[in-house]
Amino acid sequence: MARLPRWTLPLFLVLLFQLLFSSGSVLRESDEEEFSEELLLRPLPDRKVLAHFHFESRAPPSLADSYGRHHHLFPKAIAQLVQKFRVKEMELSFTQGRWNYERWGGFDPISSKNAKPPGVELWAVFDVPQNQVDVYWKNLTHSLSGLFCASINFLESSTTYSAPQWSFHPSSGSLRYGTLPREAVCTENLTPWLKLLPCRDKAGLSTLMDRPSIYKGFYHSQRLHLTSGGLESGIILGQTLTVVLQPTSQRASGTSSGANLQPSWSLSSVFGRKVTTRCVLAKSSNVYLQLERGLVTELENLQKENPISGAVFMDSEELRSNPGFELSVKPDWAFKEVNSLHSKGLSVLYEYSMAKYNDSEPFDLTLTWKSPVVWSCPQAPLHASRFLMGSGNERGAIAISLISTGLKENFMGANFVEDRSKLEVDIFQVVPWYIKVYFHTLRVFVDGKPQALADVVEKMRVSPSEDKVSPGVMELLLKFPCDVESATLTLEFDKGFLHIDEYPPDANQGFDIPSAVISFPYFHESVYYLQDNSLNKAPMLSKFQDKSPVRSYTEVLLVPLTTPDFSMPYNVITITCTVFALYFGSLLNVLRRRVGEEERFLKNKAAKRGGRLPQLLSKLYAKLRGKEWESSPSSSVLSSLVNTKLILKLKRITANMKEARGKDVYPEAAEDLNLQVDVIPDVTAPSAGL
Amino acid sequence: MDESEVEAPKAKPRPIVRLGIFLISHSLLFSVFCCTAGLLTLLLLPLLAKNTYISENALMPGSANPMLSSQEVSEANRLVKSLTSLDLQPKGSGIESQRLIAEFMSNLGAEVNYQKFYPRSNQFHPLHFFSYPDSGTTWVNVSCSSHGVNTIGIIRAPRGDGKEAIVLVTPYNPLKIGPGEALSLGITYSVFSLLTQVTWLAKDIIWLVVDSRYGEYAAVDAWLRDYHMPVFSGLGSVNAETCYGSNVQNEPKENLLTERKIHDGFRRAGTMAAALVIKVADRSEHFEDSLSIYAEASNGQMPNLDLINIVNYLAVHRQGLRVKVEKIWSLLNCKWLLILGEILESLGHVARSLNPQWKFGIPAADYVEGIATLASSLYYQALGVPTGPHGAFRDYQVDAITLEISSRVALNNKAKRNDFLLRGGWLIEGVVRTVNNLLEKFHQSFFLYLLTSPSKFVSVGVYMIAFALLVAPLPMVAASLYAEAHNVDPSSGKEKSTPSVRTTDELGITLTSCKWLNAAKIVFVVHLWGAVVSLLPYFICQIPSCTPTTRFGIWVLLSIFSLLILYLILGSPFSHVNASQPRKRDWVLLKSVTISVAFIGLCLMSVINFATAEIGALLMVPMCLMAQPLKLDVKSRSLRSFSRLVCNLALGFIAFPPVTFFVLKGVFEGFGGIAVGDFWNWLESIWEWSSATYLYLGMVYLPCWVLCIQVLCHRC
Repeated sequence: MARLPRWTLPLFLVLLFQLLFSSGSVLRESDEEEFSEELLLRPLPDRKVLAHFHFESRAPPSLADSYGRHHHLFPKAIAQLVQKFRVKEMELSFTQGRWNYERWGGFDPISSKNAKPPGVELWAVFDVPQNQVDVYWKNLTHSLSGLFCASINFLESSTTYSAPQWSFHPSSGSLRYGTLPREAVCTENLTPWLKLLPCRDKAGLSTLMDRPSIYKGFYHSQRLHLTSGGLESGIILGQTLTVVLQPTSQRASGTSSGANLQPSWSLSSVFGRKVTTRCVLAKSSNVYLQLERGLVTELENLQKENPISGAVFMDSEELRSNPGFELSVKPDWAFKEVNSLHSKGLSVLYEYSMAKYNDSEPFDLTLTWKSPVVWSCPQAPLHASRFLMGSGNERGAIAISLISTGLKENFMGANFVEDRSKLEVDIFQVVPWYIKVYFHTLRVFVDGKPQALADVVEKMRVSPSEDKVSPGVMELLLKFPCDVESATLTLEFDKGFLHIDEYPPDANQGFDIPSAVISFPYFHESVYYLQDNSLNKAPMLSKFQDKSPVRSYTEVLLVPLTTPDFSMPYNVITITCTVFALYFGSLLNVLRRRVGEEERFLKNKAAKRGGRLPQLLSKLYAKLRGKEWESSPSSSVLSSLVNTKLILKLKRITANMKEARGKDVYPEAAEDLNLQVDVIPDVTAPSAGL
Repeated sequence: MDESEVEAPKAKPRPIVRLGIFLISHSLLFSVFCCTAGLLTLLLLPLLAKNTYISENALMPGSANPMLSSQEVSEANRLVKSLTSLDLQPKGSGIESQRLIAEFMSNLGAEVNYQKFYPRSNQFHPLHFFSYPDSGTTWVNVSCSSHGVNTIGIIRAPRGDGKEAIVLVTPYNPLKIGPGEALSLGITYSVFSLLTQVTWLAKDIIWLVVDSRYGEYAAVDAWLRDYHMPVFSGLGSVNAETCYGSNVQNEPKENLLTERKIHDGFRRAGTMAAALVIKVADRSEHFEDSLSIYAEASNGQMPNLDLINIVNYLAVHRQGLRVKVEKIWSLLNCKWLLILGEILESLGHVARSLNPQWKFGIPAADYVEGIATLASSLYYQALGVPTGPHGAFRDYQVDAITLEISSRVALNNKAKRNDFLLRGGWLIEGVVRTVNNLLEKFHQSFFLYLLTSPSKFVSVGVYMIAFALLVAPLPMVAASLYAEAHNVDPSSGKEKSTPSVRTTDELGITLTSCKWLNAAKIVFVVHLWGAVVSLLPYFICQIPSCTPTTRFGIWVLLSIFSLLILYLILGSPFSHVNASQPRKRDWVLLKSVTISVAFIGLCLMSVINFATAEIGALLMVPMCLMAQPLKLDVKSRSLRSFSRLVCNLALGFIAFPPVTFFVLKGVFEGFGGIAVGDFWNWLESIWEWSSATYLYLGMVYLPCWVLCIQVLCHRC
């Protein structure tokens, strides 16, 4: 509709008619394709800034009725994907770096939904019969691989994906889950992702995505979430990009009071760009600034200390006189969190609408800190970390340690069902087949005391791995007492052997164990904001209100496996050839030899040639030896000589072998080959000589 | 013609058999030749050493300019100053300096935690010789006061996946911070603060500040043990908590931010790729700034050669430091080595004049240095005791070395100190950056090598030759002795070829095999005794309040006693001989079996710890080969037998392990101040580090010596 002025008059009239028609259809709601763009900025306690882009496209339910195969805003590729592979729900994320749960929080919608394991994670729920799910999954991985320029097709192999039953997602049976921890994330993955947006990165909030600055950050996660409700609710495509960036600032020297002052930042200093125009196709285009609960509490305390004004900064005037920080642009709206359980320290959200900014007056929000503020982010009840135990190439153990964050009391009542006196934890762990986990060795320690499994484990599903067919999957629902300080799970494993052609080129780096997923089923991360008009509810805020369990990912682990010396086949070939050469040499020798004939022949020859001197010499030699003179004494000497040479050569070969074992050196091995070539003529020499 | 045709196949057995027979029949010549050649090859190793090169292409050392600037250095200088000022104040537990370091770390944005550990009492556990004893057991009876606290700071690589980590270790004693320790902390701090800002980091960085009041190795080992095999249940952790509370949590919380960041939990960061122990020497160097590299870990394990290459390359070509590896200084003044070096040098000149392509000569001074370095390399590998805290990492398959930087000038001046910090920092930054480039673990270059200088090495394929030559005569001589024992009684004389053996009657064969069994029994008994002797120290250690000298005396007495008991139970060889007079030449078989067992023992040891086997072979091979009953030599009264007698006596005396120890100690360190207890102390240190050399001494070397003495004393 943006091109309207360009059209000629008749067409204009037609279009006007169409416009009227379509505006009529707006009233019917959700029959229209919609697009909205939002950006959430949040200062983080450790001097960084979180930027969370959220783009949402909706396609109406019955496509056939309105446009047939055509779309105005919704990306066609995704619609086809949904139709062809019968995807009910799907999520694909590309992540670089690790989300720091301790410093950046683990109990809010952003961290719970957007903190993803490094590399690629893909899960999808299919709307097909159980026996066809695998086929659809494989096709989907190939399509996505092409769509996003990534090696998602490696998830096709049945050793890489798994089917969690209940711990990951409540859907049963038709869910498939796979990760590629080693996938490198780059702009070539971002570009196809941006192509799905109606304005790409030419207009709107996505113009902020300056490649060097968003890839320079401490965390970069690009996510695509797809829900298709079939005929009822159409397709909802959510695209988010979460980055944690460090505002460039002068490093405060030393431990003086200046060190604690947060660096001030602006959009242009963080991204290197400003927002000039909104994407005209977007229904809403907003920038939010979120202040967390901890920060708001600290600011309130500050305000009490220097009592200029009393209330919270809902008002723009108070905002300007706020002792903690200063904003360059006056927000259009300010929302406060609604929470029945917290009376004070509720998070605050400022909204800026992009509608009024243009090229001449670009939007550039600046946040200037005035006094040092220290706060912490809301934490999940337990902080999960995972590590490997043991050393050596034979066996080891995986340990998952859950440590109470100590902030649990604040949340005990928050979104928590009161009558439960236990803390429930879901653990979902996929282990590749070459890590042969012994599930019977699962041990649980609570507060340093070993526990019987039956006391702690509420529900458990284990599917052991099958060599070269499927990975091992463990789903656990654990129940801890509420005052648990620390809990540890250990699982022992043996390291398996791969076939030589299954090793990747960088086998010596080790092999990855994908992240475990830890979720807390009775803790929900939803945040409600008091909004004036519930009609134009922002999609991001409604996402915040979703009641979904708090989830966190553990670290990826690197297991060094026994890797063969890859020059070893070469050594084996060399020594085998040597053995063969020896065998055939002596076999030929034996077969060809007719001792009597040879001796007669030699004698005749010697007699014919009749050289006096050699005969005399040989006679003399025989005399010296004190033996009867024979006609051909030279042969034995020759052969013994050859043999000593041979033995020496063999010794050198074995010496070289040993050296090559100490190190894979190719020149040495090449020398071996030369030697081996040398050996063959030597072996055949006696037979030729005789 | 027909007769010759019939005879020919008989007279000519397989060539390989003929060769064997030839060698066996000339075993004396062969063994003399091989031993001399083995010794010569060992002496020639400095000539055969190759220049080191960076084998792994991914490393790319020195391809980036150092980023460390004076800003970080001045920060580091501040840390050094505050540490030294802290040290001047009188204080108790030394927790202040650790707190200070932790505060500095957390101000950089690193994750910091403390690790508390108890010193482990080093005890000889015969059943846990190669494995670790339970980490839980030794913790129980430790009082709260005797613990150390390690401070650990971790930088997470901004865009890395956290699977791998590089460890920087700085040992220091919080009770008394030396200037060198403070400087090493300063250097590491400057690098650490730089690494918090850089964008190229792919691996996490762990800075381990080790509390060395109970020894550097113990502290590093305690941290590694907690890192790799933590204990989740048990008294240790509870005990630690209570102790910790009394010490730390009563302190006022002056800095909220720091307190919040310093976490009690043990923090980890993935698989370790490499570890660098950084030290600054307190003494100042005479000539130029230098860097000493220590690399030997337990049981002669070495880090990958690439790690040493990187450090050497960056230190020499980028920072202009003089790199040193350990050498035996007393060898530098050896006249005969110098002469040998000069001979080799002139030989090299001659060879070059003949053909300019032949370049094997090296200057005599270089040769002597090479030999001294090679000898120390062999010695420290053979000892099996790590030469620094880096040894703890090798037990977990992590490549690690210790770098000791020493400065030419005294570092009292601020400008000079800044300059020193900057150079040291550049070196460490370069090494970290290079290791950071590594895609896989270190595997490309050698693990088995000897160093003849920081930039020259001898790989396993070359140094094995010397050992092989030394050991080769053993089976030959054993076989020839065996054959001799078979053919001594018949009057056929020197003929030892197979046809004549075939003709001997069945009775003779059974008789000799009986004798052979008897000899094998003696050897077995003596080796059993060797095992008993190596177990005895475990019981002797239980005796409280003993000086090393008395312990050593008890050990010797018990060993002799046990030998006698074993002979009583299993039958003495001497009584046997007395009973049946005709078996006068029993010693031949005994020697043959001894030699074969020694051969097997040496070969096994060469797989476990090559250097031990090499040094052992130097002593054992001549001793075994020369051994002959003294009576025989006395009887024959010729010059040859007399010289053999003298050689045998001298070898038998020198090869007795304590005597060997004292002689070597006297030669290298001077004979003054040698106490009998030293040997006990030395052995104690070896078994505390669970070195395989101890087993070798007890189970291979000592029995072999006893058997040789037995051969010498044989009555015939």
